[in-house]
Amino acid sequence: MASESVVASGDRAIRSTPAARSSFLATAWLITRKDLVIEFRSREVVYTTLFFAVSCVLVFAFSFVREGVAAEDAAAGILWIAIAFSGTLALGRAFERERQNDTLRALMLTPVDRPAVYIGKLAGVLALLAVVEAIVTPLVALMFTAPVLAHPFMLAALLATGTIGFATVGTLFAAMLVRARSRDVLLPILLYPITIPVIIAGVRGTAALFQADVDLPMARMWLSMLVVFDVIFLTLALWTFEPAMSE
Amino acid sequence: MRKLFTPLLLLTAIGFVFAPLLIYRAPYESSMGLVQKIFYFHVPSWIAMFSAATVCGVASAVFLFKGSKRADRLAVSAAEITLIFGLIGLITGPLWARKAWGVWWEWDAKLTSALVMWLIFAAYLLLRKYGGAGSEKLSAVVGFFGMANWPFVYWSVNIWRTVHPKTTVVPTLPPPMLAPLLFSAAAFVGLFVLMLATRVRLEERRAELDELYLALED
Repeated sequence: MASESVVASGDRAIRSTPAARSSFLATAWLITRKDLVIEFRSREVVYTTLFFAVSCVLVFAFSFVREGVAAEDAAAGILWIAIAFSGTLALGRAFERERQNDTLRALMLTPVDRPAVYIGKLAGVLALLAVVEAIVTPLVALMFTAPVLAHPFMLAALLATGTIGFATVGTLFAAMLVRARSRDVLLPILLYPITIPVIIAGVRGTAALFQADVDLPMARMWLSMLVVFDVIFLTLALWTFEPAMSE
Repeated sequence: MRKLFTPLLLLTAIGFVFAPLLIYRAPYESSMGLVQKIFYFHVPSWIAMFSAATVCGVASAVFLFKGSKRADRLAVSAAEITLIFGLIGLITGPLWARKAWGVWWEWDAKLTSALVMWLIFAAYLLLRKYGGAGSEKLSAVVGFFGMANWPFVYWSVNIWRTVHPKTTVVPTLPPPMLAPLLFSAAAFVGLFVLMLATRVRLEERRAELDELYLALED
């Protein structure tokens, strides 16, 4: 492989060619695959995160279900809280692994595009959260009699865009916090204020789908809001990842 | 800046002495009466907050992309001032809301997004304090994200139907009410610049002291 300086000097010229574009995606895929293979062997993050998400839903079930009837709009909120909380846990664990043997530094030293590293890590986190959501969503439907199958594609779109918005910021901050002190506490402190708009849009959109008379235009409005947030967050994250990760 | 400091200090001091007189003389709003006058304090504090947030965000970006230590000192100073003016806005708002809406707080888009923006800058300072070495870069990203929030906070009243008055209120004010508002806003911005200059000076002194300690150890 070429040294970093060579790549950097010819960066602009290379980046526009189809070969470079495929190498960007190939790098991202390599990193995602590495994360997924490690995860598949240990299943540590997926099991712990899943267990956490389920216990989250249970705690809320005890507080919001009275005499067999769930509080109105509780299901959407609980689903998203479970996703946000377990997502934070998953992000922390995914990068703790990179910290233990200082492998994140090794990743940063490889002569590849930094944004490709970021996209690779992001895709790994998203795959993990997709598994968690695939189990938590039916669970919420079961416990709170939420009509998840009424508009499955709309719900899937809301979940996907919301999770992407949450994970783009989360991956950026979790990666940077690897070097910081008290990173476990700081990740939620930074992540929640910045991603609150995404969580609000997710909750409101999902609530519009779960209510007795489904409000599709409202759900669509929040979905487009989420797409806007995804674009803004992804742009800012890709833009700042490189300078933020350099020492 | 040091040459301009004393004249600006005098101007701002005069501004803060005269602002209450102008606010006192301003006509009463027909439906809200006296409580409306908190507006001359509430809006300028948010103007100062947004100015501080912008300075913090831009300085953070400069630090992030150029690595300038001066920009970082400016960013951390501006973040602290963002928090102070935001706090003033968050306190004066509910005081007025209690009289105008009958409740202290309403979870509408404007209030929520303003609170969220304030929380982001609080998170910035927490990170600065407890993040340890190397947290400057990370907090710069937080400052940058925080600044990206402000168009959202500002225009939220026009996008969603909220209880908070719209941004169109200010340009349509009658001149006897607009004048004291602009006057107070100028005084607040002056205060912001003064505080920022003082705070940056302190931060620079600290950096100098650190360098001297390092030199002593060598």
